[in-house]
Amino acid sequence: MLKYTLQRIVLMFFTLFIITLMCFVLVRMLPPVELPIEDPHAVVIAQRREAMGYNKPYLVQFGIFLKDVFTRFDWGISDKLYFGQPVADIFLEKLPATCIVNFYSIILSIPIGIMLGIFAALKKNTWIDHAISTLTMIVISVPSFVYAFLIQYFLSFKLGWFPFLMKAGTDYFSPEMFVSMLPAVLSLSFGVIAGFTRTTRAELTEVLTSEFMLLARTKGLTRGQATVRHALKNCMVVVVPAIFGEFIGIMGGSLIIEKIFSVPGVGSLYINSINGRDYAMFMLLTVFYTVIGLLASIIVDISYGFIDPRIRMGSKK
Amino acid sequence: MDNNFEHIPQEMFEFVQTNANLHDTKFKTKARGYFADAFIRFKKNKSSVVAAVIIIFLIFFAIVAPIISPYDIKQKDKIFINYPPFVEEIANAHIGIMDGGVVYDSQNENQMLLFKAIEQETGRNPVLQVLDTIEKETLKRGQVIKVKSYKVRVNRFYTLGMKYMTLSYEEFARIQEFQNETGIQVIFPYVEPKDIAGISDNPNIWYKVTDSKGVPALDKDGNLVPAYSKSTSKAGAEYNSLRIEGDDGSYIYSIAKSGAVQCRIDYYDYYKYINGHAPMYIFGTNSIGQDLFCAIGIGARFSLVFAILVSAINLTIGAIYGAIQGYYGGAVDLVMDRIADILYEVPFMVVATLFQLHLAAKVGVVPSFLFAFVLTGWIGMAALTRKQFYRFKGQEYVLAAKTLGARDSRIMFKHIFPNALGTIITSCVLVIPGVISSETTLTYLGIVNLSEFAGTSIGTLMAQGQAAMTTSPHAMFFPALFVSLLLITFNLFGNGLRDAFNPSTRGVED
Repeated sequence: MLKYTLQRIVLMFFTLFIITLMCFVLVRMLPPVELPIEDPHAVVIAQRREAMGYNKPYLVQFGIFLKDVFTRFDWGISDKLYFGQPVADIFLEKLPATCIVNFYSIILSIPIGIMLGIFAALKKNTWIDHAISTLTMIVISVPSFVYAFLIQYFLSFKLGWFPFLMKAGTDYFSPEMFVSMLPAVLSLSFGVIAGFTRTTRAELTEVLTSEFMLLARTKGLTRGQATVRHALKNCMVVVVPAIFGEFIGIMGGSLIIEKIFSVPGVGSLYINSINGRDYAMFMLLTVFYTVIGLLASIIVDISYGFIDPRIRMGSKK
Repeated sequence: MDNNFEHIPQEMFEFVQTNANLHDTKFKTKARGYFADAFIRFKKNKSSVVAAVIIIFLIFFAIVAPIISPYDIKQKDKIFINYPPFVEEIANAHIGIMDGGVVYDSQNENQMLLFKAIEQETGRNPVLQVLDTIEKETLKRGQVIKVKSYKVRVNRFYTLGMKYMTLSYEEFARIQEFQNETGIQVIFPYVEPKDIAGISDNPNIWYKVTDSKGVPALDKDGNLVPAYSKSTSKAGAEYNSLRIEGDDGSYIYSIAKSGAVQCRIDYYDYYKYINGHAPMYIFGTNSIGQDLFCAIGIGARFSLVFAILVSAINLTIGAIYGAIQGYYGGAVDLVMDRIADILYEVPFMVVATLFQLHLAAKVGVVPSFLFAFVLTGWIGMAALTRKQFYRFKGQEYVLAAKTLGARDSRIMFKHIFPNALGTIITSCVLVIPGVISSETTLTYLGIVNLSEFAGTSIGTLMAQGQAAMTTSPHAMFFPALFVSLLLITFNLFGNGLRDAFNPSTRGVED
């Protein structure tokens, strides 16, 4: 297990390195943003660029970039969106909003999703199961900004329950802030609920038909006892890693939802950095999203091994 | 008879088949192939069949809508911006749909009178329905007065009413000709601001007013009093055409304005003069004045063609890559798997953005967008093909082919690949909604802008609709409905197809 974990981690860093290098070279190949001539800061930024090796070969630039990141956590300076400010600071400033919104959404959706999944599996092939499965299918297919639109139009505009946009400010735990977050949280939750419902249902229906369930019933357990003690435990082998994966994913957030509800998070920062051609910011966020993706997949894989020893054995290739 | 079977005399034996010839009973039923079998299973799945029908309808819509719409995608109306659905014939039937209706809250008496005035002048009633009347008591100059306000549903196309317009002399004459031919009154008598308390920004006021807020001065019977200009000295051009009721020939229909004439025209009828038909927006218009009916069709055409193209390319690349991986296995597999792994981990948004930044200027927006999809899109297909190849490459027929001296490529694509084809094609169908979804997302966010190439795209339409969501929800609703339907039905259809081709995975959804 340890060997497998180490292998995966080494591989992860290797992948991350390659992706970072590729993106870095591609970003630096683009002509740098023109600096405003009048602005006194332009001189400073021009000097910063010189120090970052803008006129040197790309690999040297990459070396300087890595050195700065590892020694000082310096990801460069924003030369467009937040003129002259270090991108890392802005990024850290934006991170909490994204995390909190997504955290609420997970807290809301995982129990509902698992419940619905269990319910559908237990009522397999009845109308309840069909209704839940069809709804899940529909919810997964429809893109999240359609929910955002429906929620914004009906709940915020027609009924006036919530504000249109998320409140500005950093008082993330005040009641008004919570209410203003809810539309975004709800829009994010639909997809997560549907995902968990589907996974749980698929896994549980498979477990429920296995032989050890028959044995459990034969030795005298009621259906409820057998389900809770034997079926659910086995079904969690798949569900729990998915939860871990989802928790890593919360930092990534959703670009679109953040943009629609103007959540001051990394998602909207990313879109702005793309549309505003802020390359230093773009580079940092690219690395960030890649790390999130890699971490999520590695944690899912490793947690499988920890939860279910059978998979651990199988993982030794 | 005793049960002694041990010593049966020889004469008791006889040949069974001296005359008869033995053969298997012939099957009465027709032989059924793999695809026919799958088709029968598919037909049993009701929801997939419904989905298939809806997909055909949506594709039909995408092909036909831009053709039957009277508008072109390049046609951007400057006045009808974010206007609700309207078709004159249906509006005249008064059934509550496609009547250009929007709900206006708290309209005061004045505004209601203005609507009435528009009706009187143009002959088209802008008020569809009075939904609610609210009476409120307020203090005004120390006195308690009752103020009525109305919640009304009005036809936005009709509330537009009159517009001031500056026309050249030729144009002015042409409109008069049009009036004479069709009997539709486009030009209405001019009203000078000095006659209506100096109001110069509301061409719909043609009656005497008491103050600059436009409160009408009613006569004894409560009717509006016309304030049309009669100062012939200011008249712009000769007018020999239809005159409104109550005109004894003294009203002027235009005033001179530096080499041109300014007149009051009924915009709705002017529109008929310009375009040859009444406004007809089945889905309404969007924020840049395009006909949504046409625009959704154009966007859908692009989405569908693009998605099919992407999945076809990904299928080809993925199949070849996966086939090589699966067939050779070992070190080749390992190296190719690592490459795929690395590419797979690059966030799609990053790929799309970098391709846009680097390639869009050189090869165009659409090819670079296509490359972005192809760069990482084939990996799923490759993994699938690889799995299928691992399953089939140990089979005896592969060994037989090898023994007969078949080349590797022949074994891969003539012997193994057809066996895996069903699985691969069905997952190809499931790739299509994924591509449409990503394409919509990127255009919605404005990272990719297809307006130059395709005219518009569903994502762009939704972004435009989102901006004016509260006042004109239809601009968001129709594109959202279309793309949702498309994605739902494609997923249902794909799942049904997959279940039909692999009966073993039926009911397991992932």
